[in-house]
Amino acid sequence: SLPVLYLFAEFDDAANLLAANPDATTISIDEPVEIPKNQHGRLQEPGREEDDELLGTDDSDKTELLAGQKKSAPFWTFEYYQTFFDVDTYQVLDRIKGSVFPVPGKNFVRLYIRSNPDLYGPFWICATLVFTIAVSGNLSNFFIHLGKPTYHYVPEFRKVSIAATTIYAYAWLVPLALWGFLMWRNSKVMNIVSYSFLEIVCVYGYSLFIYIPTAILWIIPQKVVRWVLVVFSLCLSGSVLVMTFWPAVRDDNRRIALATVGTILLLHALLAVGCLAYFFDAPELDFPAPIIPAQNGTTVITKSH
Amino acid sequence: FSGLADVSISQDIPVEGEITVPVGSHSPDEDYSTLDEPVRDTIMRDLKAVGKKFVHVMYPRKSSALLRDWDLWGPLVLCVSLALMLQGGSADSKDDGGPQFAEVFVLIWFGAVVITLNSKLLGGTISFFQSLCVLGYCVLPLTVAMLVCRLVLLAGAGTASFLIRLLVVVAMFGWSTLASTAFLADSQPPNRRALVVYPIFLFYFVISWMILTFTPQ
Repeated sequence: SLPVLYLFAEFDDAANLLAANPDATTISIDEPVEIPKNQHGRLQEPGREEDDELLGTDDSDKTELLAGQKKSAPFWTFEYYQTFFDVDTYQVLDRIKGSVFPVPGKNFVRLYIRSNPDLYGPFWICATLVFTIAVSGNLSNFFIHLGKPTYHYVPEFRKVSIAATTIYAYAWLVPLALWGFLMWRNSKVMNIVSYSFLEIVCVYGYSLFIYIPTAILWIIPQKVVRWVLVVFSLCLSGSVLVMTFWPAVRDDNRRIALATVGTILLLHALLAVGCLAYFFDAPELDFPAPIIPAQNGTTVITKSH
Repeated sequence: FSGLADVSISQDIPVEGEITVPVGSHSPDEDYSTLDEPVRDTIMRDLKAVGKKFVHVMYPRKSSALLRDWDLWGPLVLCVSLALMLQGGSADSKDDGGPQFAEVFVLIWFGAVVITLNSKLLGGTISFFQSLCVLGYCVLPLTVAMLVCRLVLLAGAGTASFLIRLLVVVAMFGWSTLASTAFLADSQPPNRRALVVYPIFLFYFVISWMILTFTPQ
């Protein structure tokens, strides 16, 4: 309880000082690691952030003091759902950047989300990914089959619904399963780090962002290039996921911890490989259908795929 | 109030007037009673309102007509005509073809609803139906693009026709996005404007893709 009292005392002094001199710049120190982040955020919008600090309604201050009591509106009101979209443009961009460039040793949830999980990022990244995969797959198939006389272009619109089902299922059901599993293990083993369901959804949603440029680059009809892209994107987003969830399971039984992290990576890899295999035709296997004269005189036309 | 103590009301002042107070709703009713007018007037009034909004979309200016007097007739007409024009796409099997009527319809309306919800959840001040109205009306340039594409495809389906279609669709996509952004972006707080504009961009991009990839039988 002592650290909490210290925080309250500091806040009182700061409020008194600010009342005396409202134009002073304020720096709030949450944790030693996050000082640069806070200052960076403050510098971008000094006016609004200072007013919020004065009134004590700044999100980071409030959530540091009242972590867990933030969403106080009842769930049938619109305001309850507005708390999940309480992000600014620069915050979304920072979270995307954090998911693509993993900082070794830093936890994505602690560093970027900081008790303010949003649903904007996961939802729209998934929507963009669905359409990117469908459009890129269509374009890639078009270029691969371009020269052939028997080829007739089809838009393949059905694949959009399949892509949507797959990606949204992955982005919501896997976090649900993982959250349930972590809650269950939490009851058995005391963990320091535990994540709420929304924070897990947030991490998964933002970790899918790397697949958007990957899907665009998958248009290139070279098998080697495609597989290098798969491995590269898997390393980047997989490492973000591992660094997020390793602290939550490392106190557990060694085998269970490794199995959990392994399953997370495996499912992530399966999504990438599955999308590549289903939406993008293989480039080298498509030869024009040869006509083989059979022994008894009838011709056999073999289909290429 | 001290000065009023000296006021006395003389009993010689005549008091006259009407006791019955006209109820407020009667007089507006006489001006706007639409029950007795010919049907043609009713239809023409709505058509003129829709037409005026079409003009506002094609020449986006800061006018509040689109927002204040929202209606959903225009979006319905545009959506249905776009979905009808996207029919007749070719397919070897049913699964590979272009979008069906229901798919286009659901995509446009569901997409517009989701974008509206998104902008309201991010703290926008625009009302639900106003936003739907704007998003629906701004499909007009893309419907025009679809019409042009079908006409161009009647002439031929080669590379030249594809380039013309590409140019037209890209131009109309830009026009749609700019028009709807001009109407919708002001209702958002400035630090979240990009978060609201991006889904609108995605929405019109998907519709443009459907238009561009339309191939007739």
